[in-house]
Amino acid sequence: MLYREAGDFKTGYRADGQTFPIRLDRWGYYILLAVAVLVVPFLINDYWANAVFVPFLIYAIAALGLNILTGYAGQVSLGTGGFMAVGAYAVYKLMTAFPDISIVIHILLAGGITAIVGMLFGLPSLRIKGFYLAVATLAAQFFLVWLFNKVPWFYNYSASGQITAPTRTVLGHAVTGPATSAPAKYLICLAFVLVLAWVARNLTRGTSGRKWMAIRDMDIAAEIIGVNPLTAKLSAFAASSFFVGIAGALLFSVYLGAAEVGEAFGINKSFLVLFMIIIGGLGSIFGSFAGAAFMVLLPVLLKNLLVGQLGWPTDLAAHIELMIVGALIVLFLIVEPHGLARLWALTKEKLRLWPFPH
Amino acid sequence: MIDQLIFSAEVFLNGLMTGVMYALVALGFVLIYKASGVFNYAQGVMALFAALTLVGIQQGQVPFVHLINAIFGTHVENFGWNVPSVLAIILTAGVMVLLAILIEKLVLQHLVGQEPIILFMATIGLAYFLEGFGDVMWGADIKTLDVGLPQGISDTVEAVTAEWVGYGFFIDRLDIWASIIAAILVAALVAFSQYTKQGRAMRAVADDHQAALSVGISLRFIWVMVWSIAGFVALVAGIMWGTKSGVQFSLSLIALKALPVLMLGGFTSIPGAIVGGLIIGVGEKLFEFWIGPLVGGATENWFAYVLALLFLVFRPQGLFGERIIERV
Amino acid sequence: MTKLRFAALVAAGLMAAAPALADLVVPNLSYRTGPYGANGTQYADGFNDYFTLLNERDGGIGGEKIQVPECETAYNTEKGVECYESTKGSGALIYNPLSTGITYQLIPKVSVDKIPLYTPGYGRTSAKNGKVFEWVFNAPANYWDGASVAIKYLLDENGGDLNGKKIALVYHNSAFGKEPIRTLQDLSAKHGFTLTEIPVDAPGQEQKSQWLQIRRDKPDYVIMYGWGVMNQAAIQEAANIRFPMENFIGIWWSGSEVDVTPVGAGANGYKALTFHGVGMDYPVYDDLKTHVIDAGKASQDGQHVGSVLYSRGLYAALVISEAIRKAQEIAGTSAINASQLRDGFEQLDITPERLAELGLPDFGPEIKMSCDNHGGSGMARMQQWDAEAGQWNLITEFTEPDQEILNPLILEDSEAYGAEAGITPRDC
Repeated sequence: MLYREAGDFKTGYRADGQTFPIRLDRWGYYILLAVAVLVVPFLINDYWANAVFVPFLIYAIAALGLNILTGYAGQVSLGTGGFMAVGAYAVYKLMTAFPDISIVIHILLAGGITAIVGMLFGLPSLRIKGFYLAVATLAAQFFLVWLFNKVPWFYNYSASGQITAPTRTVLGHAVTGPATSAPAKYLICLAFVLVLAWVARNLTRGTSGRKWMAIRDMDIAAEIIGVNPLTAKLSAFAASSFFVGIAGALLFSVYLGAAEVGEAFGINKSFLVLFMIIIGGLGSIFGSFAGAAFMVLLPVLLKNLLVGQLGWPTDLAAHIELMIVGALIVLFLIVEPHGLARLWALTKEKLRLWPFPH
Repeated sequence: MIDQLIFSAEVFLNGLMTGVMYALVALGFVLIYKASGVFNYAQGVMALFAALTLVGIQQGQVPFVHLINAIFGTHVENFGWNVPSVLAIILTAGVMVLLAILIEKLVLQHLVGQEPIILFMATIGLAYFLEGFGDVMWGADIKTLDVGLPQGISDTVEAVTAEWVGYGFFIDRLDIWASIIAAILVAALVAFSQYTKQGRAMRAVADDHQAALSVGISLRFIWVMVWSIAGFVALVAGIMWGTKSGVQFSLSLIALKALPVLMLGGFTSIPGAIVGGLIIGVGEKLFEFWIGPLVGGATENWFAYVLALLFLVFRPQGLFGERIIERV
Repeated sequence: MTKLRFAALVAAGLMAAAPALADLVVPNLSYRTGPYGANGTQYADGFNDYFTLLNERDGGIGGEKIQVPECETAYNTEKGVECYESTKGSGALIYNPLSTGITYQLIPKVSVDKIPLYTPGYGRTSAKNGKVFEWVFNAPANYWDGASVAIKYLLDENGGDLNGKKIALVYHNSAFGKEPIRTLQDLSAKHGFTLTEIPVDAPGQEQKSQWLQIRRDKPDYVIMYGWGVMNQAAIQEAANIRFPMENFIGIWWSGSEVDVTPVGAGANGYKALTFHGVGMDYPVYDDLKTHVIDAGKASQDGQHVGSVLYSRGLYAALVISEAIRKAQEIAGTSAINASQLRDGFEQLDITPERLAELGLPDFGPEIKMSCDNHGGSGMARMQQWDAEAGQWNLITEFTEPDQEILNPLILEDSEAYGAEAGITPRDC
């Protein structure tokens, strides 16, 4: 019938370990990819790009990164905003210092720099655990924001300390700067998302991912079976920060175009990304996407619904929007603490058995 | 040189006072964490909500006035009475108890046995909700909170220090009051948990949920009670901080000032919150005084966390936290 | 089926509702929530009410009704971008986001979309140079003007000599707060006062260190660039250490009722700059009362009418409406578009007579813009808080800033921006 494994006979380990074991899923995935790459760029306009798609894609990268650290390796971090700032400032310095080198390389380098910084701030995780670690990562958050605000070198000595992204091109199309078209913004982010999601998927199901999960489940036990906590934890911090750094670099250069560190990369960013992975599902690639979509779309949706459709005063709508978001978060946690990813998995289970559940 | 020393002493004293203000916020966190293992991020927003409610009751505001006017097209404004401070504080405490009951019924009850991070997230959701709710209920204006606490430089301290050390120290009278109130509050809390039946039950729950249940202690009652007490502590913190700079949205951000205190003192210890508050207060003020000018100032926000982090590296469970024992 | 309906609902919800295209659209990117909500809400009310007045009393401008769709930004840059994109499509003529952060974000965008950006008293100071910033206007005054006018005022108080005086700058540690530093440094070199910079990190409820330092150093004057809770906390701490309030001067963003009332009597005598009048002693308020407030059309029931920030929002709306009128005159059509409005701004000339005609005599300085000057004269005046009466009193006339210091700075900063963004300054 429709959604069945019957007929999907596996003859090797490769087939057994594939990401989408059900043919329909696989097709769905390919169709989604085709729509994302071939259809959306022709339909997208400024509003859809800037209000929905670009932030969704960028936050999906950040959520993937944090999910590696928190969902797979079990280290709760509230420093995401700070690490995104590292990515943003790194790409800004690189863009302005080496204008002739491709922005893509700059963004990757920015991710690399963030990875190093992330490893540095990950060192305390060897001693500190749980909420103590979460609060400790706030030290990174506040220190990094202060640093970028204070040292003029980081913002090229501009009068106000704001950084503005100059125009850079990829294959002849502007991807940063004011003249960027909506499809260009969307496509550059999409390209990064596709590659990074693929990397994340393969990292987490490979050796490193298994080590991280062993550490997450019980670090002492993991150590006994031969997982080195030092390398496992630090590699988790590095991989996670690499993703987060790229998200920060894209957020600044492609999406915002200008940024002020305390405002754009404050503590709220850290919480927002943490929300995404918890609502989406800890330890799930799909969950990162679902959570990012949820947290990006919901406020826009509510705002347009309350102000646009119902015509409420904006302040009342904003306050009630806060209440609804808060209530929905609590509700979600009550209904399904393991997030949207788990909900999705349950639906799939049911679908497989439908219409003849046991 | 001698000047520097005198100034340092003044900064030190003020750091202690500020530390008490931080500890007041941290106290609420500790109470809830100890009894229910919930890291209650909403504590700051609860302080805001309590302060808003207090001012609202005091000044006779109509709750949800903006919403009512928007929906029914009326022009209701005010009840037009003023409630005395003491009565208003009691009424607000009642509202906080009601809030605790609702939180237990609607949120906590459904999340029993979940992982700590899920509970933590639920409290952030709660924080969002309360923030919007407080605004809808009482309006987003900046409100003046006045329950009769004095403010401004203490002349006595200035005169005495001027005589003894030759430089009049600055101590805010509000801070002195805050210290006194904090001391009373902690003493009351300790007495409550040591000498009353409910207090002992509370400690039993903090020690071991299962064992407490098996001897017939009602977990739900204890949780409501602890959240009510934390609500009251939030009210006290809200009054102090609200008197300082008006009641407004930013009041909820004091939670961020309390986190390093918690980390340093340990999540589970009431004395830890006080001592942690003092260390953080003094540490950040002295650092700002000595090192701040060299690096451009405004260091307090991050230094508090770095200081706490340094302590944690040596004592991963905080100064007074329960030792973390792991079994394989 | 339900899924489909849900998807349709989601899609419908994501589409911003577009207003009718016939009117003149002036979006109001306001913030009534978040850490600065209390300030933003009053400004937004004034902005709304003035346009309501024009619509009700005059039937709009030149016969065209004005629509003011409001969009909540919560002072958050990302929401600001979302608001900009969602209102842009409806034929928005101009933006006034009341946030320096959002302004920086929008400057490159409006240059491409060719929509003017009006940032009175905030935003990017060097946008005064119209050769580089074609689409941005920041008349009547900017942050650097404010710093210079404050120093000028102090010069007047001290008989023209600030030599050896100590001035401390307490500032919000953000783009906004850092703006005046360079100006003040240059001014200190010129006039021989020493400048101490004291940053306060956002949000700034806890300023004990800063004010202990001020108490130790005993500066003669304190200038503050603050916003939000930082203002109340700073004024409270100043009152606590018994700093003489008349020597404490705030920028216009630190000089509204909400900043001083929580401090009570201690704030008496505190001074702040302003670039517009205060209070309700202006004829326009009679019209406002008849046509807007009593008609029940006031934004938020008119609870903030007459406050400083309300007046500022009203003033911003006034300048925009005058620019629209000018643009209609130049274009010869009442249904102008955004680039015609820019021309209107560049030739804007609000004379004192015109202000009196509008029912606001002596409310603001004369504004005369040109192709290269997008910032007007930069004049500002001083107001002082009377705690007992609970009102601000104007204590000086409009004063001109020290252009000799400011102009080179503006040229330098705008050219640096032009070079970085690849803009060749146009000829004027």
